[in-house]
Amino acid sequence: MSFLTLRNVTKRYGSFEAVGNVTLSVEKGEFVSLLGPSGCGKTTTLQMIAGFVDVTSGTIELDGRDITRTKPNSRGLGIVFQSYALFPHMTVADNVSFGLEMKRVPKAERAALVEEALALVHLDKYAGRYPRELSGGQRQRVALARAIVIRPPVLLLDEPLSNLDAKLREAMQFELRDIQRKVGTTTIMVTHDQAEAFSISDRVVVMEAGRITQIDQPYRIYEHPETEFISRFVGKTNMLPGTVSAVGNGRATVSLAGMAAGMPADVPADGLSMGETVVLCIRPEKLRLAPAGQGRLQGRVTDRFFLGSQWLYHLDGPLGPLMAVATNDGEAPLDPGAPVGVDWPAAVVRVHRGAMPAAPELESLE
Amino acid sequence: MSSLSTDTAAPAPAEGSAPGIGQRFAPALMAGPATVLFAVLVLTPLLLTFLLSFNEYEHATGRTHGFTLSHYAEVLTDGYYLEIFLRTFRVAALATAICAVIGVPEALILSRMRNPWRSVFLLVVLTPLLVSVVVRAFGWSMLLGPDGVVNMILQAVGIGRTRLLYSEGTVVVALVHVMLPFMVIPVWTSLQKLDPAVEQAALSFGASRTTTMLRVIAPQILPGILSGSLIVFGLSASAFAIPGLLGGRRLKMVATVVYDQYLGELNWPLGAAIAVILLVANLIVMLTYHHVVDGHYRKRMG
Repeated sequence: MSFLTLRNVTKRYGSFEAVGNVTLSVEKGEFVSLLGPSGCGKTTTLQMIAGFVDVTSGTIELDGRDITRTKPNSRGLGIVFQSYALFPHMTVADNVSFGLEMKRVPKAERAALVEEALALVHLDKYAGRYPRELSGGQRQRVALARAIVIRPPVLLLDEPLSNLDAKLREAMQFELRDIQRKVGTTTIMVTHDQAEAFSISDRVVVMEAGRITQIDQPYRIYEHPETEFISRFVGKTNMLPGTVSAVGNGRATVSLAGMAAGMPADVPADGLSMGETVVLCIRPEKLRLAPAGQGRLQGRVTDRFFLGSQWLYHLDGPLGPLMAVATNDGEAPLDPGAPVGVDWPAAVVRVHRGAMPAAPELESLE
Repeated sequence: MSSLSTDTAAPAPAEGSAPGIGQRFAPALMAGPATVLFAVLVLTPLLLTFLLSFNEYEHATGRTHGFTLSHYAEVLTDGYYLEIFLRTFRVAALATAICAVIGVPEALILSRMRNPWRSVFLLVVLTPLLVSVVVRAFGWSMLLGPDGVVNMILQAVGIGRTRLLYSEGTVVVALVHVMLPFMVIPVWTSLQKLDPAVEQAALSFGASRTTTMLRVIAPQILPGILSGSLIVFGLSASAFAIPGLLGGRRLKMVATVVYDQYLGELNWPLGAAIAVILLVANLIVMLTYHHVVDGHYRKRMG
């Protein structure tokens, strides 16, 4: 029996279906992220859990209680808004205290709880300040303290870090996870940033066009994306179109477009049939660069990008352009134009049915 | 001599093309027309009125150029004038309060509307401004007159004919009608600046709609209510057409008394003294109000 359950939750605006048949179970204490490109329905889903958007059909249950039609001010959830939505006319302490006041917590107890919550987000020295006197990161933490101080059954985070600069965002990711672990609150976060979702979530829910396409642990989603959309949306990937040329003994052989027949890829059969069109996906960091003449195929470096801990190479070869990532191990990198061998272990190849998506779509995704 | 005057006067705007001088004088030049307009049309008449209020006056000879404080003494000591001043500020305060009570919810409703209705109703709120105050005052006197629509209805339901015109209540009602847009617009503007998520945040923490309104929304639109109140109070306290036409001869307000002194009694200096006192009293009331409310607010919002 899970703690928060969404069953076939659907939201329609006229004929447009913003969220369709979302079914999701969240365990107590779990940190779940809703991940997807903008317009995929993740924020609408969060707003339905919060009660700000009416559910067209389906049910939402919290701790065994149906809250589908409960008013937002009776749900008792803690919410951190993308804009933080602090009360500008109240001090930090009053902001944090507001939810407790509404719950009619006695004054003395309130003060202690506020102090505790502010200490948790390292803002105990700022209790008397007004929101306008704080930096973005501090406001974000006030919003977090305000949401967790009421001990909500579920904490909802709507793009909580998107207004922070890159460095602070990374620091806050760890802090957010740390605080969530300490408090132990079941948390649902909406984000379009896959790095953010991966680094702090127990499970990630990938959404696309109003529907859930995969629910899994971050590592599993990265390594075993169920659709070719996910493998493109989540991290970078090399996509190689091909045709199944032989099936047998639980393995299938795929002839890659533009590749000599003598170099087929060997993949698990998984219900593939002869002649089927497939796309093979290989993550750039799974490709191994070898000296020229070695490896499965030969190519040439067209460009290189320094990423600090890694080098990103753009390669060209018989399969068309490829991306490869190599650890910056302190040795001199390959120069553009240099010949290089490319190899990969058979196990890293993912097979997706269907034809290659159109090229421009690739550009629009991270 | 002529060369001197052209040297000093003419080149300033003409040599605006020289970057250094042009840039230095640009702000002054741009503010110039408005400053001149203000000085000529507002400050000069005010100054002349102020000077006029110290002139002596005799019934036989009229205004003389001697200096006297007797007009001020008369206004400040005579119970007749005191009553008129008190009535004026009472009416203005009442009109302001009613405007706030009606205008703030009106602005709230307006801000929750969606287009096209919002645009339509915003226009409806503004339409009173498009009709002359005099026309609207006559409209009220036709409605409320002895044979007006309201009295006809009162007679029909058996209450009987009631004297509605020429009472303080009527003046207040008409002032509210005229001044309402000046309250709605600033409040509506400050509502537009609110982050809708702030209201959602209050609700999510278990606040009722009423609590959200009082504790979260109201404090944030206070500056709008404040500026609306100042405009309405200032305009009401110095209103002339409404009390003149609906207050009649009996129910005098300060602006109508000034008019009487100028054009009825021909006692210009006394009229000027009353006008100056109204201006000062108005300023004191408004600045005090602003100081009390805005000071309280500034402490929080900066």
